[in-house]
Amino acid sequence: MTDTPETYTAKDEVGQVRARRTRWERTWIELKKAPLTAWFGMIVIACYVFVAVFAGWLAPYAEADSSFGAYLPWGDGHVFGTDQIGRDIFSRMIFGARNTMGIAFATTCLAFLIGGGFALMAAISRGWVDQVISRFVDVLMAIPSLIFALMLLSIFGSSIPSLIMIIAVLDSTRVFRLTRAVAMNVVVMEYVEAARLRGEGLGWIMRREILPNIMPPLVAEFGLRFSFVFLTIAALSFLGVGIQPPTADWGSMVRDNASLIQFAQYDLKAGITPLLPAAAIALLTVAVNFVVDWFLMKTSGLKE
Amino acid sequence: MHPILSTVLQRLALGLLTLFFVSVIIFSSIEFLPGDFTQAVLGQTATEETVAAFRRELGLDQPAYVRYFDWIGALAQGDLGTSFSGRASSGVDRSRAVVDLVGPRLENTLFLATMTAIIAVPLALTLGILAALYRGTVFDRVINAVTLTTISMPEFLVAYVLILFLASLNPIFPSLANITVDTPFWERVYRCALPSLTLTLVIVAHMMRMTRAAIINLLASPYIEMARLKGLSPRKVILTHALPNAWAPIANVVAFNLAYLVVGVVVVEVVFVYPGVGQLMVDAVTTRDIPVVQACALIFAATYIVLNLIADVISIVTNPRLLHPR
Repeated sequence: MTDTPETYTAKDEVGQVRARRTRWERTWIELKKAPLTAWFGMIVIACYVFVAVFAGWLAPYAEADSSFGAYLPWGDGHVFGTDQIGRDIFSRMIFGARNTMGIAFATTCLAFLIGGGFALMAAISRGWVDQVISRFVDVLMAIPSLIFALMLLSIFGSSIPSLIMIIAVLDSTRVFRLTRAVAMNVVVMEYVEAARLRGEGLGWIMRREILPNIMPPLVAEFGLRFSFVFLTIAALSFLGVGIQPPTADWGSMVRDNASLIQFAQYDLKAGITPLLPAAAIALLTVAVNFVVDWFLMKTSGLKE
Repeated sequence: MHPILSTVLQRLALGLLTLFFVSVIIFSSIEFLPGDFTQAVLGQTATEETVAAFRRELGLDQPAYVRYFDWIGALAQGDLGTSFSGRASSGVDRSRAVVDLVGPRLENTLFLATMTAIIAVPLALTLGILAALYRGTVFDRVINAVTLTTISMPEFLVAYVLILFLASLNPIFPSLANITVDTPFWERVYRCALPSLTLTLVIVAHMMRMTRAAIINLLASPYIEMARLKGLSPRKVILTHALPNAWAPIANVVAFNLAYLVVGVVVVEVVFVYPGVGQLMVDAVTTRDIPVVQACALIFAATYIVLNLIADVISIVTNPRLLHPR
């Protein structure tokens, strides 16, 4: 019987190469623990993004190709039939994913740029700058945003750039409120004071000191804002004052085919055609909400 | 002065100030119109004199602040200006006063909103309180799942699903809510059934979730725990300890959702072709009839502000800490 040699030395352990988990490994570990609803949401979002990016290859026909008969039934070359002027509904739904989501995404980014920028400025400068911006935002928020958007659209006209600008500005008020509130808790920290004392400019304090520390609530808010903007654009297009034809878009597709519902008794498939784009909108909103819920629970530890 | 009175007065003053700024914003929106819009309204063939007369009528030859006070002064007397539509390039003026356009439609919208509120508010409060009391049970989970789904749906999807099942497949209710001035009351209620049901579903979902959250928040406070530990009956805990403090959040929830109703009404009116203010506003936006758009925006914004103001006042007046100052 021989003694097993003592292999452990402190020197060896310190000398070992410590394998840190990479960012991807850590993300994967978190993802494995995600609940079913979050997975469902992420898969749905991934599918939507895939369809949106590869719309040109996936769609069997062109976006505004109206060379077919009007109101053709399902099947027979047209998966969901054709609309009132003979455009393939399936193709338009695919292009609609790209247009509606693209516009909503651009709007949300712009809203965050405007709202977040002003909020950080207000939180850092405080004093009268904060007062002026905050009171202005209060007044803007006193008008319901759909009504405000309708009024501004009647003045600037319904083009896609003005649609993006108007909704971004109106939505940035909500972003401003949240960002200012969370940034206010961070600007009083010592390290921000230290940065200020060593003479860093406003831009540095915004980007390097405050922004990294308020990221989680902002990311969650981005998801919620996106689904809200998405619903607003869909509603405006449905009302006929948002995205204009021939650009395919889910809101206006519902409006265009709404009369088909009356024929549901005779042909159920035709009857539910106008509901398809609306259901696509609802599914994406549900998916985003699931993911945001999970993310919020993860980052804030909230259980309720 | 009594602390409640001064707080309420403060809130009212703030509300008036907000209303003033909102009216300034709505008024000044017309300033952003491109310069040649008089021609766009009157048509390409409009003569110099008609254009000049139209510009004079709009007061474009006067400074903006003078026009604002003229506008707000006329507004206070119930004159909302004249519609842009119906004007011809020849100078013949068949345009109608905005008041005549908005008036009857406002009545219709109020009818729809009141009908919805009467159904939705008690229903949502009851469901919300029940869900809060029996939280974690199957009842709570089912209600939560259903309301989350309804919230995520655009209003028009809810509306069309209802039309599909209740008007198209099983013709119970009419899918178009066309009512006129002399439609009898019960006929009106019958025709408004689907639009009202749509709004109810959307609002109840929001209101119920907010009520549930407010009540759960309240039941977690230490004095409720204290009352329970004292051995009071659950009924007494709720009625005499929780409820006095719950009025404020409940009033806020109700007002918030009635204000939400103001916006939801626009989409629903368009779906059901209901002759209300929302439909009028959307039509006016399409034809760029600015005076009508301004009037509608002002009505919606004022309703929104007043509802929020009422909620604030209720939450101040019912606040036990203010009612019994130390």
